[in-house]
Amino acid sequence: MKLTVNGTEHDVDVEADMPLLWILRDELNITGPKYGCGVAQCGACTVHVDGMAVRSCQLPASNIEEGAEITTIEGLGQPGSLHAVQEAWVEHQVAQCGYCQSGQIMQAAMLLDFDPDPSDEKIDAVMSGNLCRCGTYVRIRAAVKSAAAKLNEA
Amino acid sequence: MSRAGTIARRTFLIGSAAVAGGVAFGVFAAQRPFPNPNLDDLPKGSASFNPWVIIDSDKVTLIATHADKGQGVFSAQAALIAEELDIELDQVEVSFGVPDRAYYNIAATDAMAGYPLYDNSPTAERVRGFLGGIVKLALPMMATGGSSAMPDVYDKLRHAGACARETLKLAASQQSGVPIEQLKTARGAVILPDGTELPYTKLAGLAAQIEPVTRAKLRDPKEWRLVGKPMERVDIVQKSTGTMTYGIDFRTDGMKYAAIKVNPRQGGAMNSYDASAAQAMPGVDKILEITGGVAVVADNTWRAIQASEAITFDWGPAPYPAEQETHWKVLSDSFTEDSLNAEARVVGDVEAAEGEVVTGEYRSPYIAHAPLEPLNATILVTETRVDIWTGHQIQQFVEQIVAEITGIDQDNVHLHNMFMGGSFGHRLEFDFIRQAAEIANQMRGTPIQMTYSREEDFAHDFPRHITMGRGVAKVKDGKVTSMDVQIAGQSVMRSQMGRMGMSLPGPDAQLHEGAWDAPMFNLPNLRVRSYITQALAPVSSWRAVGAGPNVFIYETLLDEAIHAAGADPLQERIRLMGHDVSVKVLEAVGELSSWNGPKVGENRGRGVAYGFSFGVPVATVVEVVMTGNGIKIDKAWMAADVGKVIDPVNLENLAEGGIVFGLGHAINCEITYSDGMAQQTNYHAHEAMRLYQCPEIQFRALENGEKIRGFGEPPIPPSAPALGNAIFAATGQRIREMPFNKHIDFV
Repeated sequence: MKLTVNGTEHDVDVEADMPLLWILRDELNITGPKYGCGVAQCGACTVHVDGMAVRSCQLPASNIEEGAEITTIEGLGQPGSLHAVQEAWVEHQVAQCGYCQSGQIMQAAMLLDFDPDPSDEKIDAVMSGNLCRCGTYVRIRAAVKSAAAKLNEA
Repeated sequence: MSRAGTIARRTFLIGSAAVAGGVAFGVFAAQRPFPNPNLDDLPKGSASFNPWVIIDSDKVTLIATHADKGQGVFSAQAALIAEELDIELDQVEVSFGVPDRAYYNIAATDAMAGYPLYDNSPTAERVRGFLGGIVKLALPMMATGGSSAMPDVYDKLRHAGACARETLKLAASQQSGVPIEQLKTARGAVILPDGTELPYTKLAGLAAQIEPVTRAKLRDPKEWRLVGKPMERVDIVQKSTGTMTYGIDFRTDGMKYAAIKVNPRQGGAMNSYDASAAQAMPGVDKILEITGGVAVVADNTWRAIQASEAITFDWGPAPYPAEQETHWKVLSDSFTEDSLNAEARVVGDVEAAEGEVVTGEYRSPYIAHAPLEPLNATILVTETRVDIWTGHQIQQFVEQIVAEITGIDQDNVHLHNMFMGGSFGHRLEFDFIRQAAEIANQMRGTPIQMTYSREEDFAHDFPRHITMGRGVAKVKDGKVTSMDVQIAGQSVMRSQMGRMGMSLPGPDAQLHEGAWDAPMFNLPNLRVRSYITQALAPVSSWRAVGAGPNVFIYETLLDEAIHAAGADPLQERIRLMGHDVSVKVLEAVGELSSWNGPKVGENRGRGVAYGFSFGVPVATVVEVVMTGNGIKIDKAWMAADVGKVIDPVNLENLAEGGIVFGLGHAINCEITYSDGMAQQTNYHAHEAMRLYQCPEIQFRALENGEKIRGFGEPPIPPSAPALGNAIFAATGQRIREMPFNKHIDFV
């Protein structure tokens, strides 16, 4: 099948039930999306498929539509050209171990795409599917608000 | 590494000096005899003046050997060197370096000397120096654990930076003819009086030929540019862009991916298995036997996991009681003279003390570490050399174990330590290293990345030990007058060290840590006894180790006693304390939270708890409200004294995260065994805290303590009792067992 990831088209030959996470990580060596639980409990594997945040561990190859645009954390922004959400994450020094943060950032980016000025309740509701074992939630909340302010200024 | 023979005599002499002189001789003299491992493969024109600094013609590399599980020690180590070296963090590369005895942890044994860590008397310090000297001679080991990284490196890394700086100045003086006293250093360059800058990288070739300076005076903290101020962590951009390479992200040519299935009854045998279906599955390369189970090697981790799940097994029984109830029964039956681990503290006479009696029995369950990055290791075994890519907290042991499994000389076994997606203690264990090595050894020449499925990670965790506490407190005239605390549990240290082939002589101090050393000097009667049970499920150090359960027991009993006395929970703790540094911590949390008693409105209550662990006094206040659907944790405040703050932003992050970690596990996490197997298989059944449950948090750091202390673990212990005490204040319901959601709902 053909897969467009971060604007680049790839040819992959995998079983129909292989989840997108593993196509990205082990077939295409795109390792920003992480394996944490395999059952959509932690959100570390979150990527965007046509702008929607998706748990890539639960999206089998056969359910990825032809021509779908997949964006991973690497496609959101890179060191030197950070996305506003990533800038906010750096400014608030959110990460401890950092393993969940790819997923947190992708989830937050989609939240702000849909709601540029989310309420506290909205942030709590949308971000609670992403587990952080180090407990950086206070800083995640603050960084989401900063990112919203940045995006609204721009 | 085994380079001991040639330097044995010098080592002994320095070791003796350390034994005789304790702190007087200091860390530098004790550190000097081990050769600098960077010199082994140093290219011509590069310089390495000591194990922590390498300078070549195009870059400066700082070696930060302590493992980083998220606590930020990678960046903090670099900052300590850079402070004295006069270079900025954006001008250097930072590396975990190579495992070597030169980096042995000088602070790891401080807690084992039998003196509470608030005791800095000459006697206590002499014993610590003596113990350190013995350990240095017998087992100079790198290790990141016990919140000991900062005490280990605080002086020695600044000293390494200062010595490197002085050596570079010597080189600059030789090259320019300018006397050394007239030279300055800044931003990675020696500066001549006329303003000419000689970058360190341009001085490397000359400096490499100079005998390095080995003694230099450390700067007064008032002169610091970096340390003590907010810094940008050197790993923060990578961790915000998906570009950090964790062990699980390592890739190399020809690499195969492996998954395993090992008897879910920990340590049990594999009687038989049938892998015929798995063998035929897509991408499967090989199915191999390993100790206690089977590995599937495939061309993709998911395919390996899928195939491993298609294998059927006949597993042997667990070498411990199969049902959880029996584990608790064993604990309950162990409060006997025969099972006494230690009478760790006796002050006054708790039996004779008069007053109204308050009693309680407390339980703390098994809990999984469950770091978000499942355990994994990549290993390449050839006929002459082994390379290992993984994150581990005890680096040389990894090399030793892999050398034993492969038969390759340990000098040719090389661990490349990686950033970890959490640990909480799980990466002190070696099963995943052994398993990856057994697979790679059967597939020599092929790099093998073995990854646990999340389910395998839960099944083969070595959880926090279960603990039961029994307490009798007495109160009289509105005051707490006596505390008799008994704690029963299995020995974490024996379980853990046993898997390393080591034994622990004498009592296991973790069974009373956090209770025997609570510095409540004004409590006239205190007795702390710990009891040790037979080995139950294999257990390991879980963030804060014994202090976690023990502070929960101590501080819940104390809170019950204070309530019975009719005293204020914060004021009575301050009155009892008597330890100045701790009193200030309690006062600070009172001020921060505007403490005005435990009742703060209808259905709303506050609890306070104090914990002393790893030398750090911590006080936590939690505020909860009882809603129609359950308890909501609204706010939390913490004050702590770490002696010296390296980076206030990172410290605050550790405080916030520590509160979330401590509260989250207290709310809803436990591992229970049935049919010998852990019943919780993934995060749905062992969730801890999610973002919507996270309280507002405020933190204040104090610097009154005599010594610098680490802060990875100390925030954890007081969190759970502060929450339990708050729930009591709000509802009148006293919860004496974790997880609390067995007794009350949370929203």
